Amino acid sequence: MDVELLLRVYPFFLKAALVTLELSVLSILLGLGCGALGAGARLSRHRVLRFLGAAYVSVFRGTPALIQLFILYFGGPQIGIQLDAFTAGFIGLGINIGAYMTETMRGAIIAVDKGQNEAARTLGLSRGQAMRRVVLPQAMRLMIRPLGVNINAQIKGTSLVAAISVVELTYTAQRYIASTYKPFEMFLLAGVIYLAIISATGLGLSWLDRRAAIR
Amino acid sequence: MGFDFAVVVPYLGSLFQGAVWTVIVTCAGGALSLAGGVVFAVAALYAPWPVRWGIKGFLWLFRGTPLLLQLFLIYFGLVEIGIDLDAFAAGILGLGLHYATYNADVIQAGILAVDRGQMEAGRTLGLSQGQTLRKIIVPQALRDMAPPLGNNMIALLKDSALVSVIGVAELTLSAQLAISQTFRPFEFYATAGVFYYVINLGLEAILGRIERRTQVAR
Repeated sequence: MDVELLLRVYPFFLKAALVTLELSVLSILLGLGCGALGAGARLSRHRVLRFLGAAYVSVFRGTPALIQLFILYFGGPQIGIQLDAFTAGFIGLGINIGAYMTETMRGAIIAVDKGQNEAARTLGLSRGQAMRRVVLPQAMRLMIRPLGVNINAQIKGTSLVAAISVVELTYTAQRYIASTYKPFEMFLLAGVIYLAIISATGLGLSWLDRRAAIR
Repeated sequence: MGFDFAVVVPYLGSLFQGAVWTVIVTCAGGALSLAGGVVFAVAALYAPWPVRWGIKGFLWLFRGTPLLLQLFLIYFGLVEIGIDLDAFAAGILGLGLHYATYNADVIQAGILAVDRGQMEAGRTLGLSQGQTLRKIIVPQALRDMAPPLGNNMIALLKDSALVSVIGVAELTLSAQLAISQTFRPFEFYATAGVFYYVINLGLEAILGRIERRTQVAR
């Protein structure tokens, strides 16, 4: 274990970790947006929307995220979409995790007892009001934990953008492994930072989950 | 620059070959992840405490860090301590170990979810401990484990694309090689995507059958 080396390189790793954090936040926000739209489409009354929602989930969950990133970043210019690596990275990752979040959100909404919706409708609320005021608040509680699993996976998933050479944590570790020939030290350093990010996120999410629980 | 999927045709053979390697890597990695999952789960539940805590620490470390980083560690890092794996072996080992940690979680939960009374009842009826485990506990635990383990296998298939980064000539790398000759990324990655999608459908069908067979009456 080369402690001196670790002390010398850790500031660069922390800087790279900021990029990982940025990527995580942006792609998760985009994913939540895509998930909400996707879940709305899948639960819609219109057949076309339902089909589009199902196709989105099927295609993006049925192919590797890495391939999706490559199509966007390397294939995009062929259809006139020219993005820098960072932008392509968070957009690709966001749309990908959105497909998983679509299913998470849909699952939470249909897990709310049907009687709740029926009761609200009987009391004179419109379809939209019943969804907004009765079903969604209960579904939100149910989705925090499974969305947490998606978020946890996404933080680790940001490492994929190393393959399109975004200088985030994994890419940085890879570069330092190549130049120092100390793979274990570099792995350890990057691993500790990932673990710290994921543990902190996990704590935050379980706090949110506890707060949302029915008392 | 528009599309021209005709450029893909001469490379379909090599893409197909890549797809075969993707299937091989997925099967080998999947088998390793299931075996590893059982070992880790049993050790995390029943081993003496120093082993138990060691395994738990390992599981925590491997679950909390990205697969890509682990692949780099195994491929470039093990050489440092004298273990020189080729990319293929390193890829399978990385995928297998990474998913073994997820499977271990599922298997632990599955074993713990079977009611203790089941073991007691089995023993009372004159079955040995091994018999009870084999005939009573495992079939019930499998029922709960099959769907999440299946999900892990699907995720493993898609993550097998990552081993292209350390140079395993599977589907993604085959596409990349073709792109380096034709400069047509969109067509080749889209075609690779279709291949993955089809393999995924096949895997889902197989897993669906297995899942139905494990659903013994409740």
